[in-house]
Amino acid sequence: MGRKLLLEHINVPGINTFQVYKEKGGYRAVEKALKTMSSDDVVEEVKKSGLRGRGGAGFPTGMKWSFLAKPEGVPRYLVCNADESEPGTFKDRYLMTHIPHALIEGMIVGSYALGANTSYIYVRGEMMPQIRILEKAIAEAKAAGYLGKNILGSGYDLEIYVQPGGGAYICGEETALLESLEGKRGNPRIKPPFPAIAGLYGCPTVVNNVESIAATVPIVNEGGEEYAKIGIGRSTGTKLISASGNINKPGVYEIELGLSVEDFIYSDEYCGGIANGKRLKAVVAGGSSVPILPANLILNLANGDKRLMSYESLSEGGFATGTMLGSGGFVVLDEDQCIVRNTWNFSRFYHHESCGQCSPCREGTGWMEKVLHRIEYGHGKMSDIDLLVDVSKKIEGNTICPLGDAAAWPVASAIRHFRDEFEWHVKEPKLALERNYGLARYADPIEIAEEA
Amino acid sequence: MLRVEEVQAVEFSSALISKFDEIVSRYPEGRSKSALLPILHEVQAVYGWLSSAAMDKVAEYLNIQPIEVYEVATFYTMFFLKPQGKYVLEVCRTGPCCLVGAEKIMDYIGEKLGVKEGEVTADGLFSYRGVECLAACGYAPVLQIGPEYTFYENLTPESVDQLIEDLKDK
Ligand SMILES: Cc1cc2nc3c(=O)[nH]c(=O)nc-3n(C[C@H](O)[C@H](O)[C@H](O)COP(=O)(O)O)c2cc1C
Ligand code: SF4
Ligand code: FES
Repeated sequence: MGRKLLLEHINVPGINTFQVYKEKGGYRAVEKALKTMSSDDVVEEVKKSGLRGRGGAGFPTGMKWSFLAKPEGVPRYLVCNADESEPGTFKDRYLMTHIPHALIEGMIVGSYALGANTSYIYVRGEMMPQIRILEKAIAEAKAAGYLGKNILGSGYDLEIYVQPGGGAYICGEETALLESLEGKRGNPRIKPPFPAIAGLYGCPTVVNNVESIAATVPIVNEGGEEYAKIGIGRSTGTKLISASGNINKPGVYEIELGLSVEDFIYSDEYCGGIANGKRLKAVVAGGSSVPILPANLILNLANGDKRLMSYESLSEGGFATGTMLGSGGFVVLDEDQCIVRNTWNFSRFYHHESCGQCSPCREGTGWMEKVLHRIEYGHGKMSDIDLLVDVSKKIEGNTICPLGDAAAWPVASAIRHFRDEFEWHVKEPKLALERNYGLARYADPIEIAEEA
Repeated sequence: MLRVEEVQAVEFSSALISKFDEIVSRYPEGRSKSALLPILHEVQAVYGWLSSAAMDKVAEYLNIQPIEVYEVATFYTMFFLKPQGKYVLEVCRTGPCCLVGAEKIMDYIGEKLGVKEGEVTADGLFSYRGVECLAACGYAPVLQIGPEYTFYENLTPESVDQLIEDLKDK
């Protein structure tokens, strides 16, 4: 069994209440930070922990905190990103539903470290039940003296508010989120300036994912160095993985980074293998935005070694043979799934969610959706396949925010690894409407290139 | 284009106005526009959708231009700009859910209700639509129903039948 830092007490009845959470050792991190540590000490521990942002980009949290500008007399803000809309990702909802105080405690620790006196948790609007849960948790913490004025006699004041979104994937992008929190359309801002200099209301702001913020609690409790002992290399600590698709046990799992992908998929402790006795065809390992990999490349590196659940191992081989850990949205496709259809569905999603500010993204996502639709429905041409690659290249790197890249990568990677399946759709349009391409050679052992 | 129902004047109750006041108090002085999304959710929870008359009233309350409300209401998918069924069944149609049958469930709901996506049943009770990933992919297929956004998970034709019966009896 891997160590659990976030979900250790998930099955304790009443852990969603302040009282039980506290009995199980909750709010020790707030006591420790406010009574025995300076705000810089807290930042230092988070730096030592090696914690990397759990929202998708994996940027070191301690470093992000240390970049925050601190001009005299200007308020600073901590904003928690609980927009969770990346297809395949549902860990933040799980954490907020079952252990809301882990987030509230992390928010207090983080706000103290950054010197913020007002903090916001931006929750996607569809999570109304979770909004109610968080509001209740905040009220409980406040009644117990962990929020409000002069917390625990430390002289530190903090209020936390929950803000609902309105149903827009793009508001997960941090600057779009800030626009939305200011009561505007969620159009991402041009960077620089970065939020650390000019964020919410033009003030220095840190935006962090729910899981990143919750992870600061065990870091403060046990110390950054202890946290860094868990995991592998620069992938320290534990990570929540949302597992979905054609597996026996979909759900949220806390893993120690460094577990092998094979163990994660097949062991009974985690996904429990492929459902209905089928075989594995492909995995989207880090939410819909990351490159899709065929069974053989997700289980093994190009040199034949086992691939691990870590930032480095998942991205080993670059985009030629690797992918990314992303948000930890682990989507498993069995041999009956159609890669063309899945790619079309994702393209439809990105087209729908593009904010429309930059033409490569606005036009390109619509174009890719249309071309994929015609291939899937039997009207594709061979040249359409290269057209898709071409359009994806023209979007990538040419947009204001990374949604453009996120739309381009799934298409480019699907064609890179499953080109024969696309070609089959074009050559056999009637057959492709009747049945799927199947597993083909996607699970065959990788041919290991001889060293020259 | 002015709709008949939009001509009706909208008056917010004093309870709703005090809720607005509480929301505005969450933001720093001079930043009350931040209250716009939460206020629109409150208004929609009461009226079921956002008429232009209601949006104008919100603009008046926040002391902003009506266009600032319209541009927000049209950007976000959760806000309805025309009347809906009493219960809007919002089914996730994104990739991970489709791997385990979301498309079939949505078709089934359409057949069962006898309406197309976005239309309201004759009794005014139901409409349905596809929405994007609801952060519940491990419990797919899923649907949600506002204004409290209750989730219904691991849907089957039988559980959909049951849900629709339960809502009819409510
Ligand atoms: C289109 C898009 C959607 C995103 N959605 C989310 C999201 O739902 N939740 C999240 O935490 N980060 C999301 N991000 C990443 C954020 O911009 C940001 O990097 C993150 O919240 C930083 O927190 P972290 O450093 O703790 O990971 C998204 C980014 C993009 C470009
Ligand atoms: S890349 Fe797409 S979503 Fe991002 S700002 Fe440009 S148009 Fe908007
Ligand atoms: S894809 Fe349906 S909830 Fe995520």
